[in-house]
This record gives sequence, C-alpha cells and structure tokens, in this order.
Amino acid sequence: MSFHTLNDFLVMGGHGLYVWLAYLTTITVVVGNVLAVQMARRRYFRQARALERRLAGGTVADPGDQTGSPMKGKQ
Amino acid sequence: MSMSASLSVSQSLKAWWHKLGSPRWFYEISGPWQRLFGVLALVLLVTGTVWGLAFAPQDYQQGNSFRIMYVHVPTAIVSQSVYMLMGAAGLVLLVWRMKLADMVLSAAVPFGMSMTACALFTGAVWGKPTWGAWWVWDARTTSMLVLLFLYFGLYALRQAIPREETAGRACAVLALVGTVNIPIIKYSVNWWLTLHQPASFTLTGAPSMPPSMWVPLLINVLGIYCLFAANLIGRLKLTILERERNTQWVRALVREVSA
Repeated sequence: MSFHTLNDFLVMGGHGLYVWLAYLTTITVVVGNVLAVQMARRRYFRQARALERRLAGGTVADPGDQTGSPMKGKQ
Repeated sequence: MSMSASLSVSQSLKAWWHKLGSPRWFYEISGPWQRLFGVLALVLLVTGTVWGLAFAPQDYQQGNSFRIMYVHVPTAIVSQSVYMLMGAAGLVLLVWRMKLADMVLSAAVPFGMSMTACALFTGAVWGKPTWGAWWVWDARTTSMLVLLFLYFGLYALRQAIPREETAGRACAVLALVGTVNIPIIKYSVNWWLTLHQPASFTLTGAPSMPPSMWVPLLINVLGIYCLFAANLIGRLKLTILERERNTQWVRALVREVSA
C-alpha cells in the first residue's frame, strides 16, 4: 500500500481531485459500455417477442421468411 | 507439399473465410468467447486499477497525479487499435463485400468513440496539475482530437445514409482513409516538439519505469483489450439480430428465448 491512512488515499497529496475525477469518469464510461449492450439486447428480445406474439395472433402481416445467411443454401 | 494437398488447404481456407463472413455462424460460436473475454477483462481491470491506484509507488516528479496514467494510457491505446480494426474491416468490406465486416465497422464505433473521449478527458485532467493547463494544442492531443472527430464522422455517416449498403461502403472509405491519422498519433511525440513523453512500452527496449509501476499499466492495457473484445462481440451479436431480424433462424431464436 502506497498510503498510510484512508485520508492520505483520498487526498493523494493534493492531486486527489484530478486522480479521482479521471478514475470515476473512466469507470463510468466502461460500465456504461457494458450496460448499454445488455440493455439493448434485452430491449431487442422484448420487442421481437412482442412482434412474434402479434404475428401468431395474425394482427400484423408476416414480413416473410428470408433465408438469412448466404451459407444456408450451401450447407 | 503435393498439388492436391495445397489445393485442399486453399479450399478449406476459402471455406473458413466464407464461414467467417456468415453472421449466423458468428452468432452461434461467439458466446463462449464473449464470456471468456468478459471475465478476463473484469479480473485484469480490477487488479490493474486497484494496484495502480493504491499500491504503485508515487512518482518522484509528478506525485500522485501520475496514477491517471493507468486509465489514460490504456484508453488511448485501445481507441487507436479499435480504429485500426475498423480500417481493416473497411478494407475487407470494400474488397470482399463481407457482410460481417460491415457489422464490425458499425459495432466498434461506440466503444472506440467513448475510449477516445475518455483518453482526451483524462489527459486534460492529468495536464492541469502536470503541465499547468487543461488543454494544450500539442501534436498528440490534437491528433487524438482528430481521431474523436473521425469517430463522430463514422457515427453520423451511418445515421445519415438510409440505405444500409451505401452507408456501409461510405463508412468503409472513411474508416480506411482515417487510418492515416494513427501513425500520426503514434509518431507525433517523435516528429514534433510535444509535452507528451515517448512510448512507455516498446518491443525492444526496457521500460523506463520500475516494474511496480509498469506491471499494473500492462495489466490494465491487456484488460481493456479483453473488454473491447467482449464488448465488440456483444454489440456485433446485437447488430446481427437487428439486421437479420426477418430471417428464419433469428425468429426461431426469439421464439426459443421467449418459450
């Protein structure tokens, strides 16, 4: 440990504001990137499920079944 | 090597290349990799950050402000690597028209952009106690700002062009042309008089810092690469789901998940 007390650790010899600002911003951006993907994934499945349910009920027109990957015919 | 052996090697390589371009194949094999890189990123980044923040000895010149290095350097390095990957993806898209390459080009933008912004921000915060100013128009800072604008450009271009294929090709050209900026960032510290210090790690020379200082930096650099890998796979899978939403396999997947 490079610091003797918790206060030393927080103050960082007068550089505390800069160091903590840099770290907290970076951690926020990193966590934000992870959460953004998880939330978007959940949102996608929620919306896609809702669409599938409406399709099953026949309330909307089926977008049609396209073969997705170009490999499909060859496999 | 006999003729037939080399032929079969080239055939299997070709088959592999085609498979690699198949979004469905990528979606199905990438899950374990995403988890592996995610776990590695978590372990490495927590270790490197705690080590750098609390255990690395303080710098004899800069005091504790040098600890910003452990977030500044990894974000700056990875933001350039992400751009190089996008340049490569752009090339693959333009030459082979591989769908997955366009998806990489689109999925890598948010992470790269946020890392560039982070590097610039932490650089400004580090500059204040060290150089006496939040912002200095030094060669490396300026070329990193150009990198941020290139990311903005790639994002805006994709939003501005409604036709997917046209947007993909335009982004590929921009990504490819923008790679010119990467060596400028890299060598800016050698070409121009700048406040930035030369590279901390090189393949040939010994680091100018003691191990207690550079090991946590190396750990965080490796960690941020793992994070990028996991994040890219996650965003790619999402892009695949969105672009292939009307295909049989995606619809089957959605029904399977809801069941």
